Amino acid sequence: MDSRFGPDRRATLATPLALDGGATLPAIDIAYETYGTLSPARDNAILICHALTGDQHVASTHPRTGKPGWWSRMVGPGKPIDLNQHFVICSNVLGSCMGSSGPASIDPATGSPWAMRFPVLTIRDMVRAQGMLLDHLGIDRLRAVVGGSMGGMQALSWSATLPDRVQAVVVIASTARHSAQNIAFHEVGRQAIMADPNWRGGDYYADGSPPAAGLSVARMAAHITYLSEAGLTAKFGRKLQARADGQAGAKTFGFDADFQVESYLRHQGLAFTDRFDANSYLYITRALDYFDLAEEHGGVLANAFRQTKARFCIVSFDTDWLYPTAESRNIVHALNAAGAPASFVELSSPFGHDAFLLESPELDRIMRGFLEATI
Amino acid sequence: MSLRPDLAIIAAHVARGSRVLDVGCGDGQLMAALRDTRDVDARGLEIDPGNVADAMARGLSVMQGDADRDLADYPDASFDYAILSQTLQTAMRPHVVLDHLLRIGAQAFVSFPNFAHWRVRASLLWGGRMPVTTLLPLEWYETPNIHHVTIDDFRAFVAKRGITVVDAWFLSGGKRTTAAAANFRAEHAVFLLRR
Repeated sequence: MDSRFGPDRRATLATPLALDGGATLPAIDIAYETYGTLSPARDNAILICHALTGDQHVASTHPRTGKPGWWSRMVGPGKPIDLNQHFVICSNVLGSCMGSSGPASIDPATGSPWAMRFPVLTIRDMVRAQGMLLDHLGIDRLRAVVGGSMGGMQALSWSATLPDRVQAVVVIASTARHSAQNIAFHEVGRQAIMADPNWRGGDYYADGSPPAAGLSVARMAAHITYLSEAGLTAKFGRKLQARADGQAGAKTFGFDADFQVESYLRHQGLAFTDRFDANSYLYITRALDYFDLAEEHGGVLANAFRQTKARFCIVSFDTDWLYPTAESRNIVHALNAAGAPASFVELSSPFGHDAFLLESPELDRIMRGFLEATI
Repeated sequence: MSLRPDLAIIAAHVARGSRVLDVGCGDGQLMAALRDTRDVDARGLEIDPGNVADAMARGLSVMQGDADRDLADYPDASFDYAILSQTLQTAMRPHVVLDHLLRIGAQAFVSFPNFAHWRVRASLLWGGRMPVTTLLPLEWYETPNIHHVTIDDFRAFVAKRGITVVDAWFLSGGKRTTAAAANFRAEHAVFLLRR
């Protein structure tokens, strides 16, 4: 049994990684998991890229929350990403906090956490780090790169950055660039973290009091963008919380969480602080905001796809207003202009951006068919 | 799986190994046949998301989109053939769609139901009602066919626009019918065109 493969792995990659921002990391740690069996020809590997606050536990129990893997409905034997046919790799992105190098890890030069001294990253830097992980695993070419949201941006970046190493690309609920509105929401989140007195310029690791209030507000603001108005209305409407004095459905004329939607958001915010590092949130949202695949290719998105021979599958959801269908169409136009073999579909869902993580028989069918055609 | 007669004609006349854009490709039946039997690099455009999902599940490259709006995004001369089967009569601007087909493809296959077929004529003449036939199965208010066209209309249209008819096939109940009688006897027409 090769110790590089299996759940809960970590690799120290000692090749220097030159970052887009100009800095070089002499060595990086990448936490990752693999599922299924790598074929003797090493040609059945699929890399799954996670979203902003996701992690490598795509189909295994999360160690901190105890919840099932974030895409366990999609990945498994007999599932759309079928482990009887494919070997799956999922790695924690560079800059995150689930075992890969990031602001919470130790800077070997000082022996203390990097905090804000960690270099600012780009999506392309994350992809290059994933490429180094593949070198470590002895995998030359991927059967496919699959990702939703920020994972979709990594998948797009793969086709442009390492075009010879990927045969197929699946991009779900994503975009080729962050819009002003996307950047604006992220800036609200970053300001909330940095306004928390516990943030202290990012040096909060020593005494165990992180900027949880700020991170929680950041998560609340972001969480709204993952849902649709219709979804929120269906789930909460204007319904009120049950009150401590037993009076159901009455306003308190105070500032407790009267509305169920307030209570829900507060819970989402708090639960997030148990599993995520505030500085990592700053770094990854920054990488997202810097993402503009066209800008990296002379301002012409089609040029990003000139080198690749990969097949593309682009999927959007009609109620996703974070990365709306127009953004996927923008990718599709560029793929057409580059003559790339590409499919695109807008699926219908009431759940907004989060739809890509939820039950969707059509997405399952498309994923299965598209991946089978790559074999 | 046997192809619809007009699709079978198109499939039989597409050169092996060519590049094809199927506009209004439905669930990808023709594309799959071209890929599997003639080694064709086929791409599709289809308006209905359920059909797109079906085609994608077959491993085909299909874009969800609208021929009236999205053909403009395809580069000039990027395909050997552009195919428009049973879609011309549903387009908002059929003449613009046809211009795009002949810009994108070196040649274009166009198939459509013939509104001058005798059964249609009889329905209008004797019944005074918009025809509901096996070929035109929906009532006037729910049919997607908004630009009814006859074979003679189409012949006049391509002649006026200086488009060359490379070949043409006329079908009645799956059987071929002559060009001379086509406007009366054919239910379907398939034209192969080039600029």
